[in-house]
Amino acid sequence: MKLELRGITKRFGSLVANDHIDLTVEAGEIHALLGENGAGKSTLMNVLYGLYQADSGEVLLDGEVQHFAGPGDAMAAGIGMVHQHFMLIPVFTVAENVMLGHESTKAGGVLDLPTARAKVREISQRFGFHVDPDALVDDLPVGVQQRVEIIKALSRDARVLVFDEPTAVLTPQETDELMGIMRQLKQSGTSIVFITHKLREVREVADRITVIRLGKVVGEAAPTATNAELASLMVGRAVELRVHKEEPKLGDPALVVEGLTVIDPVGHLVVNDVSFTVRRGEILAVAGVQGNGQTELTEALVGLQPRVRGSISLDGIELSTASVRKILDAGVGFVPEDRTEDGLIGEFTIAENLMLDRSEGAPFIRAGSIQRGVLDDFAREKVAEFDVRTQGIDEKVRQLSGGNQQKVVLARELSRELRLLVAAQPTRGVDVGSIEFIHKRIVEARDSGVPVVVVSTELDEVTALADRIMVMYRGRIVGIVPGNTPRDVLGLMMAGEVPAEGAAA
Amino acid sequence: MSQTVQQPAPASEVVILPTTVVTSWKAPIAFAAFTLGALALAVFVPREGVTTFRLSTPSDVIQLPELSAPSLATLWVIVALLVLATAYSISLVATKRRVPLWLIVVFAILFMVGFLTWAAAGSTIPVIGLLFGTLSLAVPLIFGSLSGVIGERVGVVNIAIEGQLLAGAFTAAIVASVTGQVLLGLVAAMIAGMLVGMVLAVFSIKYFVDQVIVGVVLNVLIIGLTSFFYSQVLTPNAALLNNTAQRFDRLPIPVLSEIPIIGPVLFRQTLVVYLMYLAVALVFFGLFYTRWGLRLRAVGEHPQAADTVGINVNRTRFWNVALAGSIAGLGGTFFTIGSGIAFNKEMTAGAGFIALAAVIFGQWDPIKATLAALLFGFAQNLQNQLSVIGSPVPSEFMLMLPYVVTIFAVAGVVGKVRGPAAAGKPYIKS
Repeated sequence: MKLELRGITKRFGSLVANDHIDLTVEAGEIHALLGENGAGKSTLMNVLYGLYQADSGEVLLDGEVQHFAGPGDAMAAGIGMVHQHFMLIPVFTVAENVMLGHESTKAGGVLDLPTARAKVREISQRFGFHVDPDALVDDLPVGVQQRVEIIKALSRDARVLVFDEPTAVLTPQETDELMGIMRQLKQSGTSIVFITHKLREVREVADRITVIRLGKVVGEAAPTATNAELASLMVGRAVELRVHKEEPKLGDPALVVEGLTVIDPVGHLVVNDVSFTVRRGEILAVAGVQGNGQTELTEALVGLQPRVRGSISLDGIELSTASVRKILDAGVGFVPEDRTEDGLIGEFTIAENLMLDRSEGAPFIRAGSIQRGVLDDFAREKVAEFDVRTQGIDEKVRQLSGGNQQKVVLARELSRELRLLVAAQPTRGVDVGSIEFIHKRIVEARDSGVPVVVVSTELDEVTALADRIMVMYRGRIVGIVPGNTPRDVLGLMMAGEVPAEGAAA
Repeated sequence: MSQTVQQPAPASEVVILPTTVVTSWKAPIAFAAFTLGALALAVFVPREGVTTFRLSTPSDVIQLPELSAPSLATLWVIVALLVLATAYSISLVATKRRVPLWLIVVFAILFMVGFLTWAAAGSTIPVIGLLFGTLSLAVPLIFGSLSGVIGERVGVVNIAIEGQLLAGAFTAAIVASVTGQVLLGLVAAMIAGMLVGMVLAVFSIKYFVDQVIVGVVLNVLIIGLTSFFYSQVLTPNAALLNNTAQRFDRLPIPVLSEIPIIGPVLFRQTLVVYLMYLAVALVFFGLFYTRWGLRLRAVGEHPQAADTVGINVNRTRFWNVALAGSIAGLGGTFFTIGSGIAFNKEMTAGAGFIALAAVIFGQWDPIKATLAALLFGFAQNLQNQLSVIGSPVPSEFMLMLPYVVTIFAVAGVVGKVRGPAAAGKPYIKS
């Protein structure tokens, strides 16, 4: 089916998310939509899918103008979507999720589950998926959940399939498999829109590439374009894709973790007997697919997990039983995974957010009251130093872009006397320009002799920053390998495979 | 360095992490406290005499013999059993195992029997009356909790159950009195409950007002309205508007009502109670086996996912909250025409809130919520029965019993189970 978007414009208040976007996807074509976070890709697709109403412009399928009042209409017209955040109900089974919204029923509205199961099995077999129709979605790995999303779309006879950032949650192997599935779908005549900001994937699978920046189409490219060309189109200027760093000047072991186990409320060992050492002046990158215990590991390091066994010591001080306050006072800086949830208070100003972890006393508090003058000077200095693009230190943090919010978190954490820096997903949802900056600051912290633990699910980031790489899988360490370990080896390790030759740390 | 060789898992495998047992000393501590309480009764306030348990009513076809037991000796035997159960629970937790549910149930029953034997020393406990009253008193709680389950499952917290019950009781009394038709009273009560539900739905779904606040305000509003009409309109015209001539009669079901113990308790009830059996079964089956239930639960768990498959989230919420209101309204009839009592100010006396507790204690499941409501009904009825027998426990203390049970029950379960993910959150589309 041929899909055309003509002059789509969508505004949110004063923000123009899509500005007269034209896009044509031929039948049986994989069309990549490339752009940074916040460029307007997802908005465009939500307009296509009927979730948003465009302010102007039209959607055409095989030359006919469509009017979608909601996703139901879009699906009926043959559009399917694999959402970035899966639209699956975790407490339902696969079959229930697939049938939801177009249930086959027996008399009296009673669900006909056998038919739904058969449908799941039939589509699974067609594409070589192994999906159990009766498994609870919550129990499935993300890669399989994504296949459930694909099955869901195909069970409604989708002939245009939109993949919204589908590889963000996948291991490199799963990503390769997904590319295979996309090619298979293309061969069966399905048109595919592939939204991503990852250049490698685009070049591998796309037939055509459209680049979007700040809500506008800024160019088309062929898959033969180089990474540098695509990146500069996407960002609007030449971009440095590599991180410059010197050989590490290793000091004494600083962070020593031994036999660390974290138990969740149900009793799962989400971190299972983990031991490692980080030396001063070294970056240890923790790689792994989202949800393999990295979040819990970082939270345990800063004392946010209630059920912890084993020992965490920093410069000889035991931290596993210390309070969060004690841990911060011991010089641990923490960049949390979800800055809006754990890192910042959106309704507070930049200045207030900068003193959040120092509300105990001098210099910002005297006799129980906030020293506004001291705080403002400090905030102005940090805003300038960390290049936070803002109208002023009294702007609410909620109004900043993701990259600038992250700079505020980083500014706060790095402005204390640090003896350890723990950074979880430091560049998630951050624009390319800010990524460069944040990486530079992390490397600077290392070079000043601070031991650094960086957790990332992006292999590019891991290999760019790491002096050593620790791969986690299902709460355990698969291995600790040198920073220059090839991607394919890391990919296998992320799937739980121990590297062939003894991985020495 | 701890490294374990692990095979890479095939992609379709369900992720199973190694587990350990998170032990909780809650159960052993509670057991010990209750055991000490029972021991204290036996030591400090021993009551001699014989306690008799009567298992049949005089009109039964099959008469069961009465059970008699020497009070103090029985209490001591039970204390010994309680000590054993407590020790067993301690040994379980000490060896990193969980205290199983059956042990808690056995412990609770043992304690109850012990307490009753002690409290009724020298007199007779009508077991049938105790259970019959339990069921009767649980009727509005069960209807209320079904209403709460539907509301929360679809994503709207229904704090207004109390108001819906009261509106139902009020409307049923007036309509039945005026028309002389109890069935019309029943229908009117359902409509009244539905209207309260619709107000809740409009404010929480369309105007995104905090659902808890709307619910509380509605409760206060209904209390105020019904109290006003009661004193200004109903009382002066009691014969016309608020008489007790109209009531549901008991309809014994042939054969079934003659089964010993069960028959008199379950099958000599009024139409309202039989409707309750039906409602529990229908809601349970509907929620988990029909399209209605699947969509309802989807909307309460992940409204955006429901939206992306073409389900109208807000419409689904609106009509199901209205339905929930009508079920609670139906439950309200129990207070007036269901029992043959004239309407009185604030006569629901917090039943709606206890029903809400039953929803949570029952883990958002219609059957479990019904069982929880029965437990609360039992606590309430026990207080009635003991004051009739003339137990040594002060009546003021006994009046607290249903609420104390509610607090402990809810405290014991909170944190263990997760309710519908989107309950209480309005669905706002941009």
